[in-house]
Amino acid sequence: MLVTFYLNNTQVSYDVRPDEYLSHTLRSHGIKSVKVGCNESTCGSCTLLVDDKPVMSCSVLTASIEGKHVTTVEGIQEEAAKIAYHFAEEGADQCGFCNAGYALVVYALKREIKNPTEEQIIDYIVGNLCRCSGLQSQLNAIKAYLKEE
Amino acid sequence: MAVDKKKLKVVNNKTHSIDGQGLMQGRSYYTDDLAEQNSLVIKILRSPHAFAHIKSIDVSEAQKLNGVALVLTYKDVPHVSFSRAGQGYPEPSPHDKFILDEYVRYVGDEVAMVAAVDERVAEEALKLIKVEYEVLEPVLDFETAYENKSIIHPEDGIKEMFPIGFEPKKNVAAAYEMEVGDVEKELAKSDVIVDETFYSQAQAHAMLETHSSNARLDAHNRLVIYSSTQTPFHMRRIMATTLGLPVSKIRFIKPRVGGGFGGKQAFHGEMFCALTTLRTGKPSKLVYTREEVFGASYTRHPMRIRMRIGAMKDGRINAIDCRSLSDTGAYGEHSLTVFMIVGSKVLPLYNKVDAVKFGGQVVYTNHVPAGAYRGYGAIQGNYALEATIDILAEKLGMDPKVLREKNSMKEKETSPIFEIMGEGTKGTAMIMESCKLPYCIKRGAELIGWEKNWPRVKVSDTKVRGYGMAIAMQGSGIPFMDMGSCSIKLNDGGSYNVTVGATDIGQGSDTLIAQIVAEELQTSVDNILIYSSDTDLTPFDCGAYASSTTYISGNAAWKAAIKMRERLIKEAAEYLSEKPENVEFDGKIFTSKDKQVSLYDLSVQFLYNKNLHQVSITESYYGHVSPPPFMAAYAEVEVDLETGEYEVLNYVTVTDCGTTINPMLARGQVEGGIVQGLGMACFEDVKYDKKGNLLSNNFLGYHIPTHKEIHKLTSEFADSYEPTGPFGAKSVGEIGIDTPPAVICNAIYNATGVRVHNLPITPEKILKGLKELKK
Repeated sequence: MLVTFYLNNTQVSYDVRPDEYLSHTLRSHGIKSVKVGCNESTCGSCTLLVDDKPVMSCSVLTASIEGKHVTTVEGIQEEAAKIAYHFAEEGADQCGFCNAGYALVVYALKREIKNPTEEQIIDYIVGNLCRCSGLQSQLNAIKAYLKEE
Repeated sequence: MAVDKKKLKVVNNKTHSIDGQGLMQGRSYYTDDLAEQNSLVIKILRSPHAFAHIKSIDVSEAQKLNGVALVLTYKDVPHVSFSRAGQGYPEPSPHDKFILDEYVRYVGDEVAMVAAVDERVAEEALKLIKVEYEVLEPVLDFETAYENKSIIHPEDGIKEMFPIGFEPKKNVAAAYEMEVGDVEKELAKSDVIVDETFYSQAQAHAMLETHSSNARLDAHNRLVIYSSTQTPFHMRRIMATTLGLPVSKIRFIKPRVGGGFGGKQAFHGEMFCALTTLRTGKPSKLVYTREEVFGASYTRHPMRIRMRIGAMKDGRINAIDCRSLSDTGAYGEHSLTVFMIVGSKVLPLYNKVDAVKFGGQVVYTNHVPAGAYRGYGAIQGNYALEATIDILAEKLGMDPKVLREKNSMKEKETSPIFEIMGEGTKGTAMIMESCKLPYCIKRGAELIGWEKNWPRVKVSDTKVRGYGMAIAMQGSGIPFMDMGSCSIKLNDGGSYNVTVGATDIGQGSDTLIAQIVAEELQTSVDNILIYSSDTDLTPFDCGAYASSTTYISGNAAWKAAIKMRERLIKEAAEYLSEKPENVEFDGKIFTSKDKQVSLYDLSVQFLYNKNLHQVSITESYYGHVSPPPFMAAYAEVEVDLETGEYEVLNYVTVTDCGTTINPMLARGQVEGGIVQGLGMACFEDVKYDKKGNLLSNNFLGYHIPTHKEIHKLTSEFADSYEPTGPFGAKSVGEIGIDTPPAVICNAIYNATGVRVHNLPITPEKILKGLKELKK
């Protein structure tokens, strides 16, 4: 079936199976920034924004996004660079596999909640697992990014 | 000659990881990102039984399915035993695995392989394979494995590469014994003896990128494999031997790796990709599902460790006896070497004993195999030893910190264990040229407020805070065995290509090697173009394991940079018609009296104008010692006495890893290790049902630490300089994981009086203990 949606503000039409998930569709079309860590919506690595809300794309049927706006990390390159700067400042980046998903969830958090409390930040990002860092450095980096004007 | 740390401009200075931004921006850089678009997709049929013999297997229906390119069973693959472990040569792990076998030894073991045009067809084909099993009685309790009537490896053709105590007919993968002095005699002389037994569980690596590999044939019909591996050079060697191919026909490329922690030292899907591509001529790929990572790769070795320690009333420790039993699961990957580390990187902490003994067995069971995992035996041993030290301190009526200060390793001291125990072989004698453990203990105590708070502070009638501590050591590579090398090539314009076999798996080795080279050549990190690792293009490196990269590969890089600097000065001297000793180089300009030439001009001249030649250097390094990093760790935990629930409010560490080449990355290693260790201490648990089915096979059933559980980490480094390390550095990849089980165990005891002897330390166990105390 043909599904038409906006990928980083550009209209695309992909021929997909009705039971195909968005992470699979995008990766099979060469958009490899979408990382699949578990394929069962438990790790957050495949996080994307659908109409500005973070979703785990391994569990979103591509057929369900007809007409919607999908943002991958390619759509927020400048913000991702800013987040990366703060991760580097805090020594929070290691293997990087979860990082593109983190960039998207942190960016969405900044747009959705103004001046979030630490609890709100943690609630927002807790679904994005990281096995490398000590987590504290990540949280500090995220806080520093959120403070940026 | 020691380098003056204050004069360093790049090393030991804040430097951003060189690839952090690109990865955050989503660059296609990991193994599966680089698979050929039209790769055949490989899927594995896995055993539903913990132990069975395949009576018959019929793949005819699967082969007929449209889109299926290849189906393989044990009848179709070379019957050559090997070890998946991914170690040097000869391997200290038994060759007890076949690519596919007529026996399956755990739920998840490989039965058959299908390669098809896509995942859907491959999965459909798996369902069409008909297998008749003779189900055998599994061994699911490692304490009953020895000489069990069920023999897990009854087959012929398996072997040890050198004596490791391999007795498969008794279900023994490896065994080891050592003794210094007479432990029984010293224990008998002791005023106080403690005798405690601890159990540590299996732990899953849970790296975010699952095991992935893919293959294709290049224009020369050579096999080119991308693999998410920690050991590309070992992979090439082991694959060549096992498949009967010349090494020259195989090229392994390690692109970016999404976390390893020891889990990617081993083979996981590479053999199947190789066979598929060799037999079909088509590119292929195998990406493990998350369930396969949990259920069909390998875990940490579960262990039972009995510690007996004898001491005099004044707190002098006389003797330590450590008896261990390790569960290697279905295959003996890293069986002996992990086992030996339980002794060799734990017991030397208390080096003033008159006698020390270590030994026991590594047994097979029908569980998911165990293998390399960060800490590599040291975390298991540390839990048992450091909890027992606290028990001893209480019996002696001493502060456990004082007991540790009195008996632990100091600078310029040694332990006879270093010479006796290596990794699978004899060890190497060494003196601790750098050991700031006394400072680490003192400083950590200040940071946690030990004097004021230990052992507990009552918060309310139902809440109490407990304080616990432990000390730890690790190593820096395996002496005379682990080798790293580095090539540096001068480009026109004065930048340098640096190629290393050292495998960056996310720990940041590309960044820190670039820093080392930049420091020596007085340039900036962005002028260093580093590339790792590719068996065709980069020089050899043993790989990322045994805390070897900073020390071994870092030393190779430093050596190469020193040689490059000397070479450049010689080249400039020739160019300027001067003697090398009269030429000075500041990283950009060569000066001799009134003459000078820039590196920029010189590099362009060599390639285009005058005395044309390529300037390049290759150097390698292997350790003659393995200087241990040391750590003192403290925790503050708050326990709810009504529920047994607890929170780790603050985890303090002070680490001596010599010079921190990259202070932020070093902290990342320490804190990342601590958090994984806390996971093991507090809740991570690999669980099976009574038939050997893995229950914890996803992130819902196997919880890893998140921001909800991690509150405060306080991480400092001691000012230390290791004279044999690059710019004074030791390695730091594993030390962080070692302490949490013992520290949390000790803190919980100090808070509640409940001593938990089996990991993880759950609220249920604490509550049960509290109820027993009330009786």
